[in-house]
Amino acid sequence: MSEQNIPVTDNAWRVLRQFTDARIGLGRAGISLPTHELLRFQLAHAQARDAVHFPLDVKRLVGDLQESALALPAESPVLLRSQADDRQTYLQRPDLGRALSRESVRRLAGLQVSDQARTVVAIVIVDGLSSSAVQNNAVPMVRQFLQDLEQDCGGWRLAPLSIVEQGRVAVGDEIGQRLGASVVVVMIGERPGLSSPDSLGIYLTWGPESGLNDARRNCISNIRPAGLAFEQASQRLLYLMRGARRLKISGVSLKDRTEEVVIEKTANNRNFLTD
Amino acid sequence: MDYKYSFTLGARTWQFRSLADLLAKATTARSGDRLAGIMAQSAEERVVAQMRLAEMPLREFLCEALVPYEKDEVTRLILDSHDAEAFAPVAHLTVGDFRNWLLSDDATSATLELLRSGLTPEMVAAVSKLMRNQDLILVARKCRVTTAFRNTIGLPGHLSTRLQPNHPTDDITGIAASILDGLLYGNGDAVIGINPATDNVSQAIRLMTLLDDVIQKYNIPTQSCVLTHVTNTLEAIEQGAPTDLVFQSVGGTEATNSSFGFNLATLREAQDAALSLKRGTVGNNVMYFETGQGSALSANAHHGIDQQTCEARAYAVARHFDPLLVNTVVGFIGPEYLFDGKEIIRAGLEDHFCGKLLGLPMGCDICYTNHAEADQNDMDNLLTLLGVAGCTFIMGIPGSDDIMLNYQTTSFHDALYARRVLDLRPAPEFEDWLIQMQIFENANSYTPSRKLPDLFKGSLKRLTGGGAGQ
Repeated sequence: MSEQNIPVTDNAWRVLRQFTDARIGLGRAGISLPTHELLRFQLAHAQARDAVHFPLDVKRLVGDLQESALALPAESPVLLRSQADDRQTYLQRPDLGRALSRESVRRLAGLQVSDQARTVVAIVIVDGLSSSAVQNNAVPMVRQFLQDLEQDCGGWRLAPLSIVEQGRVAVGDEIGQRLGASVVVVMIGERPGLSSPDSLGIYLTWGPESGLNDARRNCISNIRPAGLAFEQASQRLLYLMRGARRLKISGVSLKDRTEEVVIEKTANNRNFLTD
Repeated sequence: MDYKYSFTLGARTWQFRSLADLLAKATTARSGDRLAGIMAQSAEERVVAQMRLAEMPLREFLCEALVPYEKDEVTRLILDSHDAEAFAPVAHLTVGDFRNWLLSDDATSATLELLRSGLTPEMVAAVSKLMRNQDLILVARKCRVTTAFRNTIGLPGHLSTRLQPNHPTDDITGIAASILDGLLYGNGDAVIGINPATDNVSQAIRLMTLLDDVIQKYNIPTQSCVLTHVTNTLEAIEQGAPTDLVFQSVGGTEATNSSFGFNLATLREAQDAALSLKRGTVGNNVMYFETGQGSALSANAHHGIDQQTCEARAYAVARHFDPLLVNTVVGFIGPEYLFDGKEIIRAGLEDHFCGKLLGLPMGCDICYTNHAEADQNDMDNLLTLLGVAGCTFIMGIPGSDDIMLNYQTTSFHDALYARRVLDLRPAPEFEDWLIQMQIFENANSYTPSRKLPDLFKGSLKRLTGGGAGQ
């Protein structure tokens, strides 16, 4: 085939992909996406869709937790559900995903922890919008966190760990409240991106109770092997927990200074297009 | 219960509490109105509400405010700026007759332009609820809205694109790589606009400076924008940052806007500040607004009004500040507001129609998230429909994948598709530049050059150590 007849035109600037994950330099067939790029996109979308719609395999998650040789608190894990009965309802009614089912409320009765000397922490694992985030990343995250918590001479006491199906972030506040926890740590599957179907997010609330809004929570996002590492996420979480305990507050008034970016107004603004 | 509107169909009389109730019940089904608990209870009730709405005189919208005048500055803006003289030609019509008139040959581009200031968002939202998708397209296509800053946007037969080079850490090289990719696909005549990952004043200044450097070096007839909060932009201007456009997300009620942290006075101040810089060369439209159905409900500030009517009220805010661009970000908010491709497509066409009829340079972020029941085919459909409707601009992003905001919008390739199938040209000044720079080897078929244009060869070579500049 002569050069004129090659159906796909490549882009010389594709080499810039070493500097960004953006889908640049895709080339073109006519003015359209070449077949292999089209299929790469379709695969990424399919994985993100599956992450949203495949139910969390709770049995496997429980097995993984037990096999991880972690010293889980007594009664763990407590298996719970929100008031959203299925995925379709869950997606359209965030209010139902924030509330525990009646059966789950009953299950929590009698599990309340009270400890005058130490700060009670409840860990809540929630499927959220990505089951694969939770399936792949929750156990290593919990393992890292429990190790770090043990080494922190902080006087923390763990409430039973719970797992919630069809849950939103705020469901953790009700659970924390019912368990008598001072801090609730929610590990939840984040809305999957095209290139990141398995991002885990962590939300922390001091003094959890039903009806709190987002401004009362701190968030650590994009936890996954290709994103924020478990070790760093765990350190940030402990940093926030110590701050929350000191100030007796979480959310916008508790700044995460570990991630504060200091930007020089003029420095380091050079780019290859104008150099 | 006091019912204000009723409609008798056969043996049954249907009741509607208020104008807001009637409008909500007459709205095509969507998940946000269901979530708010204001949707019609049955398919029949929806059509009955539409029948009742069709009988309602347009004049009545001037008498019943959806949010009380005393309590809401958006209501005050709508009623205080209403132009009775412009309204006169349609003042005798009902909503149903208004639909007929809009579709008739009496409604020309010229008459529609004269009518604009006489229409309120509520009238426009009401008539859209009686229209099928093809009606929304046909009427929007008749509306002419042209704006300008460093190029001319919205001319008939043209479609512009916002180049959106977002990066999850605002990495300068990463952003520059996406800008280059976009420019070489002929993208970016509406604006080169970055959503910053870190949202503060110094970051905004850093990104504005980057964009200004690129636009100046290559002498690109386009404008830049960093989509940060209006108060950040004001501060950036005070610190001497090279600010072309002021960005803000706007909603249709005062309470929505205060949840966004601004009021009308803030927007006026920012517009004045941007105008004082005199950076436009062919025009002075300095505002870039984004909107989207569901924002008022999400801010718990909807006053029982359906999300499409709230959205139309946001256009009253926008038009008061002569924007260069208004963008309805239709599928970003998620399936609890617009559930699937069908709802997103309908909302996109409604928003474009309402915005255009009110005189706005209406573009659309044709987009979806991965938890919505939508895919690329739905976006292809909406893109094609909006292209036919005369949409002012769309987004452009490498391979449809926004790696910062984690959603999918239209790609650089998608824009070229729309240009080819519908023969839609970029803004004329920008098109001249594309030809001059040898970015397009054939502007009539919208074909990018096979070779890397000379001016960009050096930059690429420096960065990659040679070899890539061929």
